[in-house]
Order: sequence, then C-alpha cells, then structure tokens
Amino acid sequence: MSLNELIFLTIFLPLFGALATGLFVRRVGDTRAQLLTCIPIVLAALFATIVFSRVALGHAEANVVLSPWIVSGDFAMNWALKVDALTSVMLVLVTWVSAIVHIYSVGYMSHDDHKPRFMAYLSLFTFSMLMLVTADNLIQLFFGWEGVGLCSYLLIGFWFKKESASGAAMKAFLVNRVGDFGFALGIAALFFTFGTVEFAKIFPAAAAFHADTPEASWLILGFQFPVLDTICLLLFMGAMGKSAQFLLHTWLPDAMEGPTPVSALIHAATMVTAGVFMLARMSPLFELAPIALTVVTYLGAITALFAASVGLVQNDIKRVIAYSTCSQLGYMFFACGVSAYGAGVFHLFTHGFFKALLFLCAGSVIHAMSGEQDMRKMGGIWRMVPYTYAFMWIGSLALAGIPYFAGYFSKDMILEAAYAAGSTQGYAAYWMGLAAAFMTAFYSWRLLFMTFHGKPRADKHTMEHVHESPRIMLLPLVPLVAGALFVGALGYYSWGMVDGHQHHGYYDFWGSAILVLEQNNTLERAHHVPGWVPVLPLFVVLSGIALAWLFYIRRPELPGQLASRVGGLYRFLLNKWYFDELYDRIFVRPSIVLGRFLWQRGDVQVIDGLGPNGVAAISRVVAKRTGQLQTGFVYHYAFAMLVGVVALISWLVYVMLG
Amino acid sequence: MLFDIPSLMFYVFSAVLMLSAGAVITAKNPVHSVFFLILAFFNAAGLFVLLGAEYLAMTLVIVYVGAVAVLFLFVVMMLNINFEKFRAGFIRYLPLGVFFAAFLFIELGALLYQSLITPAPVAAVSVAIPSLNEVTNAQAIGQQLYTRYMLLFELSGVILLVAMIGAIVLTLRHRPGVKRQKIAAQNARTREQSVEVVKVQTGHGVEI
Amino acid sequence: MENALFGSITIGHFVMLSALLFVTGICGIFLNRKNIITILMSIELMLLSVNINFVAFSVHLGDLTGQIFTMLVLTVAAAEAAIGLAILVVYFRNRGTIDVDDISALKG
Repeated sequence: MSLNELIFLTIFLPLFGALATGLFVRRVGDTRAQLLTCIPIVLAALFATIVFSRVALGHAEANVVLSPWIVSGDFAMNWALKVDALTSVMLVLVTWVSAIVHIYSVGYMSHDDHKPRFMAYLSLFTFSMLMLVTADNLIQLFFGWEGVGLCSYLLIGFWFKKESASGAAMKAFLVNRVGDFGFALGIAALFFTFGTVEFAKIFPAAAAFHADTPEASWLILGFQFPVLDTICLLLFMGAMGKSAQFLLHTWLPDAMEGPTPVSALIHAATMVTAGVFMLARMSPLFELAPIALTVVTYLGAITALFAASVGLVQNDIKRVIAYSTCSQLGYMFFACGVSAYGAGVFHLFTHGFFKALLFLCAGSVIHAMSGEQDMRKMGGIWRMVPYTYAFMWIGSLALAGIPYFAGYFSKDMILEAAYAAGSTQGYAAYWMGLAAAFMTAFYSWRLLFMTFHGKPRADKHTMEHVHESPRIMLLPLVPLVAGALFVGALGYYSWGMVDGHQHHGYYDFWGSAILVLEQNNTLERAHHVPGWVPVLPLFVVLSGIALAWLFYIRRPELPGQLASRVGGLYRFLLNKWYFDELYDRIFVRPSIVLGRFLWQRGDVQVIDGLGPNGVAAISRVVAKRTGQLQTGFVYHYAFAMLVGVVALISWLVYVMLG
Repeated sequence: MLFDIPSLMFYVFSAVLMLSAGAVITAKNPVHSVFFLILAFFNAAGLFVLLGAEYLAMTLVIVYVGAVAVLFLFVVMMLNINFEKFRAGFIRYLPLGVFFAAFLFIELGALLYQSLITPAPVAAVSVAIPSLNEVTNAQAIGQQLYTRYMLLFELSGVILLVAMIGAIVLTLRHRPGVKRQKIAAQNARTREQSVEVVKVQTGHGVEI
Repeated sequence: MENALFGSITIGHFVMLSALLFVTGICGIFLNRKNIITILMSIELMLLSVNINFVAFSVHLGDLTGQIFTMLVLTVAAAEAAIGLAILVVYFRNRGTIDVDDISALKG
C-alpha cells in the first residue's frame, strides 16, 4: 500500500469505528461494539508503525490533501494530512496507547451498562487526536484541539449521573476554554500577520521577519509589543490549558472522576501532550521569540515543582499519578523552553508508555480492591496481585529515571539540556527539575509502599476479594511494559531522537519538523556538560527512594509526626496550594453572580418583560381598561355620545376657522 | 332697539323661553318640568309667528304641546315616581355639565362671529318664499310639501306609523281572563267544527 | 342680503338663542341622573332649538326649504318621544324604578 493510503487509513479507521458504534448505540450489541472499535484501532496502530518506519526512519515525507475546506475571498485552506517525523512519532504513541486502552476497557468496563457509548467515545477521541497531529494548518489543528477537548468532557463525565463527575467534566472543559481563548487569539494574530494559516507558508515568512523592522512589533495603547513573542505567548496559553500547566492546571486532578482507562489514554499519553506537540510543531516560530521561550521555561519548571509538591501528600492513588503527569508535562515544557524540542518530544513518547502503564495498573489495583481508591485503606497485597505489582514497579522505575529504563534517557536529557542552556532560566529549570525529580521518586515509592506493602489496612471483606486482573486486562499491558523498558534505549541509541547534530538547524531524526537555531542548540551542548550534571539526578532519585522506604516501611509513624509538626505546610500541599479555593473566589463566584444578575434582571425582567410577557400584560391591561368602558349605564353611553358631538364640532370649528 | 314692537316681543319671548328651558332641567317635580316645557313651546311658537311662519307656529302648538307634552304628563303621572331622591346627583355633576355646555356655546359663538365677519357666498335659493300678502304660510308650505317633497312626506307618514305600532307593541299587556275575539279563527270555522248532528232518543237527553 | 329679519333683530340673535337653548338641553342631559323623563324633555328642547334655527335661516335666506324641514323634524320628534316614553313605561313596569343610576344591566 502506498504511504498516502496508509496514512489515510490510520487516521480514519478510528473514525469509522466511532461512527459505526456511536450512531447506532442502541442497535449494536456490547460485543459487536467492542469488536467494531477495537479492530479498526489495532489496524490503525499497525499502520502507524509502518508509517513511522517509512517516514521517521526512512525519511519519506507525506502530504495528503483531502479536500478544500474554506474558500472565502482570498483565504483558502484545505483538509490535509501532513506527516513528518514529529507526526509519525505521535501517530505511533497515540494509536498504540489507544489500542491498548480499547482492549483494556473491554475488561475494565465489563460491568458497565453503556459499553458501546464508551468505546465510541474512545475511538472518537483517537480520531480527533490523530487529526490534531496530522494537521498541516492551524485551523485543522484547532479542530483536533477542540475535538479532544469535547471527547475529554464526554469521557470524564461518562458516569454523568454522578454529580461530581459531571462537574469535573465541566471544569475540564471550561478551564480548557480559557486556554483556547488565548489559542484562538494566537491563530487570529498569526493570520493577521502572515495572511495564511498553513505551516508550510508561515514558517518561511516568519524567518523573514527581522527584529527592527516596523512590522515586527505592534503599537497597542502606547506599548510596543513584539509580534512573534506575542503570538507565541498566546499560543502557549492554549498549551497551558490543554496540558494543565501551572495556573490552568485545576482540571486535571478532578478529571480522575472518569473511568481509569480514560485517565490512561487522555490524561497520560495523548490529550495533555497536545500542548507539547503544538510547541514542537511551532518550533520555527518559537525559536524567533526569545521572550516566549523564557516564559515557557519558567512556567514549565514551576509546574514541575508545584505538581510534585502536591503529589507528595495526596491519598487518592489516581490523584498521585495525575499530579505526576502534570509534573512530567512541566518537564516537557521547560525542555521546549530551552530549545530542546527533541528532548521534550522524546520524553513525551517515553512518558506516554510508562504513565499509561501506571494508570492502567492503578486501575487493576482499584479493580482488585473492589473500587477502593484511597491508599490509606490499602496495603499488604503484593503477593496477591503479582503481575500488577511487577508492572507497577517497572513503571515507577521508568518514571523515576533509573538508568536504562525508558525515563532515564529522556528525563536526564532534559535536565542536561536545561543546564547546557547556560541562561538564568536554564539553571533555574535545572535545579527545580532536580527538586521535582526527588519528589517524584519519593511519591512514586510512597505509592508503591502504601498500596502493596505493610499491614493490610482494608477491611476483611475487601481483602478476601483481592484478585489479580483477568488476562484481558493484563495482556494489553505487556506492550506498555516493553515500551517502558526499551523505548528509551531505542530512541536514544537507534533512532537518535536526541542526537544533537544539526544541518542548518534541522536534526537528522526530526528533519524539517523541528527547527532549532544554531545559537540555541542545547541538545548538542547537552552532550558536553560537566560530569556531575547527569549524575546528580540519579543520586537525588535514589535518596528519594530511600526516604520513602524510611517513611513507609521502616518507621511508618514518621509521616504522621511530620505532618502534625508542619501542619500548615501539610495542609497547604494537601489542598493543592489552595488554588481551587482561590479560583472559586476570583472567578467562579463573580461569574455566578454576574450570570444570575444577567438572567434575572437582563433576561427575565428586561427581555421577557418587554417582550412576550410585557406585550401580553399590556394587552391584558388595555383590554381590562377598555372593558371598563362598558359600564352598562345608559347615561354613560349618552355622555360618550355628547362628548363625541362636542369634539366633532370642535374639530369642525378648528378646521373652518383655521 | 326696543322701540318697535317686533323687537320687543322677540326679547320677551326669548327671555321667557330661556327661563322656562332652565326651569325644565332644574325643576324638582317632574310635573312642573312638563309645565315649563309647555311654556317653552308656546314661546317658541310666538317666535315663529314673529318670523312669519304662522302655520309652523300652530303646528308646534298642536303637535308638541297638544300631543307630546300631554303624553309626557300622562307618563309622569302614571309612573307615580318618588321625586325626592332626584336631586342627589345634581350638584356632583354640575361642574362637568356646565363645562361642556359652556365649551359648546363658545364654539357656536365663535362660528357665528366668524360668519358675521366674513359672510360666505350664499347659494342660490332653491325655493323662494312667496310674499305673505299673496300666499299664506300654510298654503306656501303645502304647495311645496305635496309636490317637491312628496317622498319625504310619505316617509314621515311611514315613520309615524312605525312609531305608533312600536309604541303599542312595546306596552301591550294581555290581561288574563279577558275574552277576546279572534276574527280570523271565527271566519275559518268549518261546518265539522260547529255542527254536530245527534240522534236524540225520546226521553233521554243529550250529552254535551 | 338685508341685515334684519324684522325690526332690529338680525340672524345673529336667533343663532345665539338657538345655541343657548341647545346648550341648555345638553346641560339637562348631563345633570339629570335620576330622572329619565327629564332627559327626554331635554332632548325635546334640543330639537326645539334646531327648529328655531331652521326657521330663522329660512326667513333669513328667503328659502322655504327650511320650513319644510322643520315640519319633518317635528314629525320625527313626536315619533321619538312616543317610542321613548313607551320604552320607559315598559322598563318601569319591569324594574319599578326609573333611576338612571340603577340601569346597568348592560354592564360588560
């Protein structure tokens, strides 16, 4: 099959699965729904692998134009699929994790009554994400962007009868919307500046910008705004929302209300990585916007630190992993911020595997503990769920960055690149990333120890039911385990994802997908940092693991004592730095007040009052008044006649005399 | 101004007419009202005579005084009205009534004033009044009424007929127990209804 | 046209008189609430004023048509008085009162 056909099938097979199941939810049975969605996605995964081998490794390029979309005046754009190295990496990640989650869901959701709807949503999400990564223009990317947001809403609120779930879904969508607002402004600004939205046309045009020309900055309200920096900052705002960076992160922990496969697919591997992907895709633009890159670096580093600090004290097993995701996303962002886009995407790739593995293992644990998610009620089950235990260890080792597991290569690369950047933000990012690595190791092993070791804290009934997951749920995890073990080494050694050599700004592996200016080539410099720089993270991680062992195995009374000693700090971390409360005060309550005001005063009183209700009321009043003319008294009628006569005569007089 | 008799008589008649009109609407006793109305009619007839329309004056007296006012009197006496309550609403509506009346009066006055200042061209006289020396008023009216205005005359006759029938229909009361003749029924009687031949047996009577 | 009808009386005098009489009749209608008969009499007054006007103008213009119409007005006034009183009598028979304030059966 030709490359174009393969690409087309990869993207649209999930759509077919989604439509066939989603439009006929009532007709198609549970089994058929599962087959109709799983088979296309597995095929798509296979095709994606072939595409990856041809495009990324074989250096082919593909651009499939599907059909014209908008033709309006001078503005014309098509539906088109663009596949280069960056896209193909994402294709592999998305389709593989999606296929694994599909099959896992067959087992996990076996007790649910709405399986066809769930599978359809999963496939729809996959399609949207694939459209996002294969977009060759910003509008199509935005289409995919919104599509994954929609599917995220649908999937988080899958059990919509639960009030907390539907609330969480709305929260996710609304916070995303805030980011999308910036993103849309960025797209508009891009179009305004360059007159086109296609990547192929924007990047050369941007390169032609010079810093001192009058076109390179805008004069708004007396302030000079550099064009490219503003655009990139606006685009980054969208990435902040989608990838749950600091300030727009509040939706990610609540998104755990959705079923665990959803968390694995959307909030570990794919949707939240859309922000990083977008940044890498727009690298030719970001390279020319140093202010934006600085902001990205700082924000990413702060996110990494903040999320890790909150994850230290959370008690819900899924929340710990969610904050871990948030933290790792911060890593990816500050990697892009120091112009090491390759390292960021590499970490995205490896992280997708081990984080999805961790989430799905957590799902198995929850399944084994009959729905219990609070780690304080778990413990002592490692002998009863051996496979899950082993997989979780592998995932955690990969996450912490123990040498030769997947995460080691990508995470260390990022830290080295940050150091190698040599700028203030680079050093800040390095040290913050290091602190976050320590905390990551600590809470990952805290999770392991609390969940699997120690004396069982669950009640007898639950402990009796602890069982290993069925094979349908374990087998899909095997590719993930393989990924967590080997993908790092593959990417580093065989594929050269973070190889620093450049030709005119383009790397060997990434080709034209990622542009890095010569002076910013941190990836290259990362290979030449002082010797202690790559060793320090390992040391930090090992000490984190040791501390966790001390706190939860050796001297389990220590955590409680520490928490009561620094009660304020403990509560501050436990309540996520009080961000939800802060946002509630600043945004939610005023919005509710405003909404209520506009509803009651504006809508009900003014519009309804003057409109339909008002007209009806006036009709009634007028009719009543007019009815009062019919008094029944004859002399009233006589009066009326007389008054009429007088009026008539007056008018006649007026006419005659005037 | 007051020197010649016709002018003087005009003022006398007009004054009495106005006063009696005022008395009609303000009298407490409705019988008094009717009497004052009759007085007003008489004075109006006088005015007509002054104008040279003596036939109309007499007709006024005969029809209005003789028929209409007497009819009023009949009704007033027949209804046996309690007239003490009549004055209650008078004062309350006095201002309103006077206002409307004054308003109308001022307008009519203004029209008069205007017409006196700018006399409008007069249309051609359709029927000239013959001199009173030759033809009496009655004759003059009769000459026109039965020729030119024939249809109107007939119509007014019809109106009177309708009014008469209407008055009778409205107020007719059938008293129970009064035997009436139905001429039509009588005339439509057939032999079978009226005569019955019975063979009578001697010594026995007949059952009726 | 010559100014005076007779003596020193002009048409203006008659118009004024007629207006006054008409306005008096209107007043009578307004003021007499309790007595329908007085209202009917006020109507007769108004018709009388119209008659005076007609005849005065007929003499002023020298046109006999005015007097013809006075006759017709007379006829109609008589008919109307008769019917009005007949209605009044029937009403009184049914209600027992001719108080205008009580006649509100047509209230809508």
